[in-house]
Amino acid sequence: MALIDIRDDYLAQTRRKRIYGGLLVVIFVAMMVSGFRVADARNAGGFWTGLSSVGDFPADVVSEAVAKVANLPGHMVRALPAMVETLNIAVVATLLGCMAGTALAMGATRGLARWPRLVPLMRRISDVFRAVPEIVIALVLIFILGGGPVPAVIAIAIHTAGAMGKLFSEVNENVDLKPLDGLASVGATWSQRIWLGVIPQVAPNYLSYALLRLEVNIRASAILGFVGAGGIGYELRNAMTFGQGKFDQAAAIFLMLFAAIVVVDQISGLARNRLTHGAPL
Amino acid sequence: MLDVRSATKLFGQKAAVDHVSMTVDGPAFVGIIGRSGAGKSTFLRMMNGLTPASGGQILVEGRDILALRGADMRAWQSQCAMIFQQFNLVPRMDVVSNVLHGILNRRATWQTVLNLWPRADIIRALEILDRLGIAEQAPKRAEALSGGQQQRVAIARALMQDPRIILADEPIASLDPMNAQIVMDTLKRINVEDGRMVIANLHTLDTARRYCDRVIGMRDGRVVFDGVPAQLTTGVARDIYGADADFNESATSTAIPTDTSADAEYAARMLA
Repeated sequence: MALIDIRDDYLAQTRRKRIYGGLLVVIFVAMMVSGFRVADARNAGGFWTGLSSVGDFPADVVSEAVAKVANLPGHMVRALPAMVETLNIAVVATLLGCMAGTALAMGATRGLARWPRLVPLMRRISDVFRAVPEIVIALVLIFILGGGPVPAVIAIAIHTAGAMGKLFSEVNENVDLKPLDGLASVGATWSQRIWLGVIPQVAPNYLSYALLRLEVNIRASAILGFVGAGGIGYELRNAMTFGQGKFDQAAAIFLMLFAAIVVVDQISGLARNRLTHGAPL
Repeated sequence: MLDVRSATKLFGQKAAVDHVSMTVDGPAFVGIIGRSGAGKSTFLRMMNGLTPASGGQILVEGRDILALRGADMRAWQSQCAMIFQQFNLVPRMDVVSNVLHGILNRRATWQTVLNLWPRADIIRALEILDRLGIAEQAPKRAEALSGGQQQRVAIARALMQDPRIILADEPIASLDPMNAQIVMDTLKRINVEDGRMVIANLHTLDTARRYCDRVIGMRDGRVVFDGVPAQLTTGVARDIYGADADFNESATSTAIPTDTSADAEYAARMLA
């Protein structure tokens, strides 16, 4: 083929791609606009009329908290045991969920699974685990087991196992298979190959996802407190439903939650760096 | 044109490049040889600005390029093309786009995001590909090409930059002997026909002897040899590589041997 033909073909192809790209942008914008208008029309209050009062509740909380700023440390100390309970629920649930998720991921990755035929089954199991909302599982378990941290741990762990099974198996897909060949060539069993060939490669990524999940789970365990699983959520619900006059307590709890997330984020950042780049020299 | 004055790069306490000095006048084909870890790659990366230097100067036409920062540094990088051992193309984009990446320095980000390139530049990219004999591959994804073809795409990207200096970091270390020859011939042609300076890290002595006007030997970050290929005797090579008398370069040479005595002997054996 002569250069001139190649050139014309390529330029035509570029033109075609540009037209398709432009059409896609137009369709996207049209759908966004029409979708927003439908949603706004079906809204009970109306988006534009309600927009101005969005800040009212936070403003109430902040102004009351500022007025009673002296009370905040006392509220925090009083809520500390509940905060620790919430963190405990999150940590235990994350740990259990990640272990189950690892097992699911190893069985759900093509090319790594011990029983390749069970790959779809493993995937569906993790789909189901993360499709059911935590709050539904928690409500059912609270009905059976009564209120307390155990139903919350189980509910969060199940959801975590599903989510981690999916994320971990995606990490596994990108694993370098050469060490596995090396280990297979000396006659290693499947579990030896996974332990030595896969786990060291994926550990930093797993840890990174697990720590992110811990943050999500702290929030989830706080929410489960609303439905009777104990912890900081229970205190927060009380403070918020009693309304004005108790907003300083709500603000104290919000601040503690925020601080907990920041601390977990900082620690997890340090831990991740250490695992991927080694200890500082 | 190029004046390197005790360029130094420290990694922690260890000097990867240790007070390297050299001058190159005019568009020469310079080969740098030395064993792994001798600092060859670090030196090229310093020249291109990929690795910041710890000390010294690299003067190109009187301007110290180690002192450049930000937009000035990127402008220098666009005039100093780099070719890598592993090609370093964007695997999922087509060949022409990869070549067009050579002019990214004068394109805005939004133009890049929308994949808008001037028609004249597309045509020039195709002409460069044609010159390197791979115009037929133009619409394919870079990852679909063989190693030798990918390296020629990388050279095309370098040419698209219209650079004064081309740096090549082990350009043929991942290629089979035949593709290695095509790539080296291409680099030599660019050097001779366009008058662009080429500085190449090489790991085979026969390649250095055959293509270079000048050979620089590095050992432990220092320049230990600087001369013409004819001066590169086996004894000198032993010094550069820190090898003893057992060193025999033909043992691992990838050059296709010219003598046919082995073939003749084999033929005689088969015919007997």
